[in-house]
Amino acid sequence: MKKHYREELGSLRETVLRMGGLVEQMTHRAIQALVERKIEMLAEVKAMEAQVNQLHIDIDEICLEMIALRQPTAADLRFIAAAMKINTDMERIGDQAINVTERAEFLLTVPPVKPLIDIPRMAEIAKEMLRDALDAFVNGNDELAYNAIKKDDLVDHLKDQVFRELLTYMMADPATIPRALELILVSRHLERIADHATNICEDVIFMVKGKDIRHQGPLA
Amino acid sequence: MENALKVKDLCAWFGNHQVLNNITMDIRRHAVTSVMGPSGCGKSTFIRCLNRMHDLTPGFRVAGEVLFDGRDIYSEKIDPVLLRRKVGMVFQQPNPFPRMSAFENVAVGLKFNGKKRSRSELAEAVEKSLRMAALWDELKDHLDRLGSSLSGGQQQRLCIARALAVEPEVLLMDEPCSALDPVSTAKIEELIEDLSDKYTIVVVTHNMQQAGRISDYVAFFLLGDLIEMDKAARIFTNPADKRTEEYITGRFG
Repeated sequence: MKKHYREELGSLRETVLRMGGLVEQMTHRAIQALVERKIEMLAEVKAMEAQVNQLHIDIDEICLEMIALRQPTAADLRFIAAAMKINTDMERIGDQAINVTERAEFLLTVPPVKPLIDIPRMAEIAKEMLRDALDAFVNGNDELAYNAIKKDDLVDHLKDQVFRELLTYMMADPATIPRALELILVSRHLERIADHATNICEDVIFMVKGKDIRHQGPLA
Repeated sequence: MENALKVKDLCAWFGNHQVLNNITMDIRRHAVTSVMGPSGCGKSTFIRCLNRMHDLTPGFRVAGEVLFDGRDIYSEKIDPVLLRRKVGMVFQQPNPFPRMSAFENVAVGLKFNGKKRSRSELAEAVEKSLRMAALWDELKDHLDRLGSSLSGGQQQRLCIARALAVEPEVLLMDEPCSALDPVSTAKIEELIEDLSDKYTIVVVTHNMQQAGRISDYVAFFLLGDLIEMDKAARIFTNPADKRTEEYITGRFG
């Protein structure tokens, strides 16, 4: 009746991965809806959020029970601690994707300010970071996690670029301000998603190496 | 049927000293139920009541009911020998028959069981039991080794195989790992988890970490009272009774 400890660890890993896949998909769909101007796609993203919220609760419950019942130590303990923290970051990524859909709800009812180029690029990099972070988590690959963290600068840079560019539009034509502001917020949401992916990477590195690299400035 | 055993208002005395006070609990079929509590809480007395191990203890008295297959095991119509075949027991100290081979240790229960078996039938039954006890791979080429020559962990698994050979429905285990090293303990714990697919298992343990690892349900005893019984996850994350909380967090006991 009762599952073995190893099986429980394996199924926790799978559950985390499933949630990661969902929030990546939410991000992807939210941006796709915005770029391709498909308002009906937004409902899909909201439907996924319900699943993500349930997994958020489930994963915490699984982790707590495992700590209480299995007394994990060393690598297993770090794995479970990482799963709990990653869980929070993934849920926040889902929330940010929802924020994007809320911006899109307005933006898709008005004419576009400009063709979207940097925003989809930001989304691509953020999703890539998230995918790498989760791969690194599943395979215990700290090098992949390190490399993913380095991409965060790219996303930050693009966010600044989006801001500067939209500023010129707003100065040239104040009528664009509401739309441009919404786009700036979209870029802000994507930047936050990349930050959460960075957090996940840091947790993975702690999980693999037992080394805390947070709050130490730029990576060497 | 959901429950393998139903205990109703069970009281037990050694002489004038009451050691169990109105214990009522259902023991779920094909699950692991752990009974934990500090020394002297009555947990061993309790589990021994479930297959009448106290019958011959002078001055022992029991009241209340233990229903197995819907019948009270303390009724006069019940043959305690047949009962113990259905409700087997494994003890704290591994107790294989020291002068018998590993094979004979497992086969002996079957021989006493009355039914005639051919050599190959017997060999088949012994292999099946040893496999279930996760001992076959280690012993298949050494079935002639004396019970006493095996390691402690192997002896305990041999005792489990011996108990399984007569095809019980319930397996009672009284601190089955407390005489074993951590590696043997881990093996027995995995075995308990596996066996609960087919058997109802009741384990007495004073090791609450072990209770957490192996149990589906946990019952907490204190001074002869059943304080609380619930799913293991519940007991170890959010027990209902303050005394359970204090015990599992190491405040006393």
